[in-house]
Amino acid sequence: MTLTGTPPAVGTAVGPAVGPAVGRGVRRLDGRVKVRGMARYAFEQLAESPAYLHLLQSTVARGRVSDVDASEAEALEGVLLVLTHLNSPKLADTSDGEYTVLQSPGVAFRGQIVGCVVATSPEVARHGAELVRIRYDEHPHDTRLREDDPDLYAPDEVNASFPTDTDEGPVEEALRSSAVVVDQRYSTPMEHNNPMEPHSCIATWDESQERPTLTVYDSTQGAHGVASTLAKVLGLAQQDVRVISPYVGGGFGSKGLPHAHNVLVALAARTLPGRPVKLALTRQQMFFLAGYRTPTLQRVRIGADADGRITGLVHEAVEQTSRIKEFAEQTTVVSRNMYAARARRTSHRLAALDVPVPSWMRAPGEAPGMYGLEHAMDELAEACGLDPVELRIRNDPPADPETGKPWSGRHLVECLRVGAERFGWSRRGPTGSRRDGDWLVGFGVASSTYPGNVMPGSVARVRYGGRGHYAVHIGAADIGTGSWTALNQVAADALGLAMNRVHLEIGDTALPMATVEGGSSGMASHGSAILEACRRFREEHGESPEPGATTESAAAEHPEAKEYATHSYGAQFVEVRVDADTGEVRVPRMVGVFSCGRIVNPRTARSQFRGGMVWGLSMALFEHSIVDHRFGHVMNHDLADYHVPTNADVVDIDVSWLDETDLHLNPLGVRGIGEIGITGTAAAVASAVHNATGIRVRDLPITPDTLVR
Amino acid sequence: MRPFTYERALDPADAVARVAAHPDAAYLGGGTNLVDHLRLGVAAPGRLVDVSRLALDRVESRDDGGLRIGAAVRNSDLAAHPSVRHDFPVLSQALLAGASGQIRNMATTAGNLLQRTRCRYFQDVTTPCNKREPGSGCPAVEGRNRTLAILGASEHCVATHPSDMAVALAALDADVVVLGPSGERRIPMADLHRLPGDEPARDTTLDPGELITAVELAPLPAARRSAYRKVRDRASYAFALVSVAAVLEVEDGVVREVRIALGGVAHKPWRATRAEEALRGREATAEGFRAAAEAELGAARPLSENAFKVPMARNAITATLRGLVRAAGERA
Ligand SMILES: Cc1cc2nc3c(=O)[nH]c(=O)nc-3n(C[C@H](O)[C@H](O)[C@H](O)COP(=O)(O)OP(=O)(O)OC[C@H]3O[C@@H](n4cnc5c(N)ncnc54)[C@H](O)[C@@H]3O)c2cc1C
Ligand code: SF4
Repeated sequence: MTLTGTPPAVGTAVGPAVGPAVGRGVRRLDGRVKVRGMARYAFEQLAESPAYLHLLQSTVARGRVSDVDASEAEALEGVLLVLTHLNSPKLADTSDGEYTVLQSPGVAFRGQIVGCVVATSPEVARHGAELVRIRYDEHPHDTRLREDDPDLYAPDEVNASFPTDTDEGPVEEALRSSAVVVDQRYSTPMEHNNPMEPHSCIATWDESQERPTLTVYDSTQGAHGVASTLAKVLGLAQQDVRVISPYVGGGFGSKGLPHAHNVLVALAARTLPGRPVKLALTRQQMFFLAGYRTPTLQRVRIGADADGRITGLVHEAVEQTSRIKEFAEQTTVVSRNMYAARARRTSHRLAALDVPVPSWMRAPGEAPGMYGLEHAMDELAEACGLDPVELRIRNDPPADPETGKPWSGRHLVECLRVGAERFGWSRRGPTGSRRDGDWLVGFGVASSTYPGNVMPGSVARVRYGGRGHYAVHIGAADIGTGSWTALNQVAADALGLAMNRVHLEIGDTALPMATVEGGSSGMASHGSAILEACRRFREEHGESPEPGATTESAAAEHPEAKEYATHSYGAQFVEVRVDADTGEVRVPRMVGVFSCGRIVNPRTARSQFRGGMVWGLSMALFEHSIVDHRFGHVMNHDLADYHVPTNADVVDIDVSWLDETDLHLNPLGVRGIGEIGITGTAAAVASAVHNATGIRVRDLPITPDTLVR
Repeated sequence: MRPFTYERALDPADAVARVAAHPDAAYLGGGTNLVDHLRLGVAAPGRLVDVSRLALDRVESRDDGGLRIGAAVRNSDLAAHPSVRHDFPVLSQALLAGASGQIRNMATTAGNLLQRTRCRYFQDVTTPCNKREPGSGCPAVEGRNRTLAILGASEHCVATHPSDMAVALAALDADVVVLGPSGERRIPMADLHRLPGDEPARDTTLDPGELITAVELAPLPAARRSAYRKVRDRASYAFALVSVAAVLEVEDGVVREVRIALGGVAHKPWRATRAEEALRGREATAEGFRAAAEAELGAARPLSENAFKVPMARNAITATLRGLVRAAGERA
């Protein structure tokens, strides 16, 4: 293998500081209250004489509710309300099928909300829910995703507004004339986000004023998005809905948008005006109602010349969506610009099934797409007799193959080289050549990528409170990532202050509008708004402002961003050990090197990368929502059966990044770090498993039964 | 979740009296299984009688060198007990391979033995299940049965018993001591759990109201060289796909004593008597171990999703015995 050139500087635990605060590994400002259990999450907010809501969920996958007998439940002491389509208030807007809750007897998937019981205690609500008798007219259902489903269709666009299909150059011809062709099918299973904190809310409907208002404590990645959706669906004015979300125990995309339970709890609150109604989904319910990653069936064809230069690339994905709302995972978009190719085609086809509504799950698109593409690259390297690192280096495109735009900063090759060095990649042996006692040992590699995203529309407010203290307000969310701390660092530097002079408030629609904490765009979007608001504050009020001086501003225009193709990159290297007797896979070592623009806080950034890699490992070996298609629902709907890694599964993870500032996308120089860590990991594991055993497992997850012989 | 009353028994006889008189009463140990079932609606007793605080919380040495393990001894304490670690390492290893630290701190010996299957249909009251609702059918036979039985199942139920500890106790030929309305009796481990047959609702041979008070282990010097091997989907905190509890004594290259029990393969801890017979008195070789395992697994009838358990169990048995030989400094 040839790896040339000297690796650039690598940032590790604490990179060089850029401002006094930015670039420093500042400890989480909210760490202490969290570890002491004193941070109040949505469900723990104080509410006076609250009522508790328990869901009623359909037990058929398609049909109609034909009869509801709530008499026994209603007679139970403590039951305040049994709400079903028969007595639910009408919604003002029913254009979104997911939010159209209790408006008809129709059932579109098993586990769909068909009602709820509200009571004075959670136990009574739960007991009451068991006593409600619901009968159904059951219709035949279909929940099985098939590549040959005759009803597959092409959506108008896929998630994040990407085109559904692309077709550049005569790809079939290119493949026909290639020296080497890989043509394989890969699949990723249905997966569920499962943040530690379940989706929960407290809703209070107030009719004591002239106009009704709704206040919701919610566990969400975007308070403003929840407020505008609820306002629209319920027919309230936007300013009459307040959503408060101080602490959030993880979301991973599943709290990026409101879900049906938010509407339900608002309907219940409306029926019991003045009374706070509390709901926390059970873990089991989260497997029906909080979004999930669609299963993907992928076919990847790559042709290359004898030197391993890609001539043609085809990446096709078949995925599912629900009948009541379309969500199209952008699985093959990664193949549009990851590598150079003379001709390429990508496509997405959807089956609308009787299933819950799929949604965002960390790196929607990139996570499953990079599995298929990168696993195919590993097979191509094998077919060409090339080192997989070298194959990727050879196909590094000088400019964005899709648009022809220059890269704002593409450093995949450096990531691969630095990673190979840190990992000791040169010690990789031929397939099936290393054994240590009962363990078969293998090394694997894959690339990572994630687009640099900035979302327009966020506004920040800076206010001088006197005595040297400044308040900075923005309705952003910290979903456990540390963004609260990192945004504080940005504000402190922008105002030229020590961090303890800046008081950042987030997580409330009473604060200026912020876009959703998703798409790894939080720092770029919210940080840029804060930066600009602080700059303008100084411009307007100088260094010695009057107490009360206030400035509000959106992020500055950054027209240059449009001229560049902006993506982050990474390289992941993995050692696996496969038990020769039982097929059990262990991963003692992982190395990840990333290029993501400026790192605002190395401490919290490290956790994001590492957490992403742990999840990638989880995707490789464990996660799999198992459906019984006769019933139509996920059977392993709890964390005893739906496996994620335990501490014992995660051993040595070495994270580093290139020192880099990308000023093309935004004035902060950041590209976002929240999602890239999960991309490519599963392919690196599959590559290592193949190197250890000679077995190609193309359908995730790679469980012992796929390897035992 | 149905409302229930909670009471604490004063002593074993009091506990039996409180439960035997009420068909809808249940004993409560650490609650790590039963309380889940209350929430899920899998069990709905009207009265819980807490037996976790009875004075059955000691591990005592018997005069003959055996052990008497109280029914309320916590799994963590039992695993850490010096006599268990020294004389019956397979038991300590099996306990530590089960569940998580927190759960083991709560779980009791009796509760562990009587924990119910993890079959997903059994735990999901929106689906049929013969074990939970006799006569409703068994969707697992042709459903998602990857983790279920390959041995001794019936068309009515293909569930597995999930306990690791019970597999070790089966290999050690433990006795279970129970107290019922009409007095005390001892049940050999092999007879405590049942095969499903046409009565899958019954996990065990216990009569209604019977209380487990202790588990007894006769002395077994060979057990000092014993091991538990658990094959699972992740490194920790996962139920066994298959597991092996083995005791092996080899002298001059010949198998003197061998006990093998399998977990994750049947409705009860599966004592591998055919494999034992094939090994006893024969040379201890890797080929012999494999042939013995195959002899045992000849009776396997895998389901649509779990054929992998046959080679997995075969290899796990072979590897466990190999490991025990290696530990003894002999060659196989
Ligand atoms: C997430 C998870 C993972 C787990 N993983 C594993 C694993 O890998 N391996 C494993 O072996 N186990 C595992 N377990 C199961 C765990 O070992 C059992 O839940 C536990 O041993 C049960 O003991 P308990 O005392 O809590 O029983 P309880 O829940 O209190 O009772 C269980 C049953 O025993 C009955 N009972 C209790 N005491 C007596 C008595 N003295 N006499 C008669 N009847 C009695 C109860 O009525 C009930 O029917 C896991 C559990 C969970 C939740
Ligand atoms: S295998 Fe047994 S426990 Fe599982 S569904 Fe069938 S009858 Fe019920």
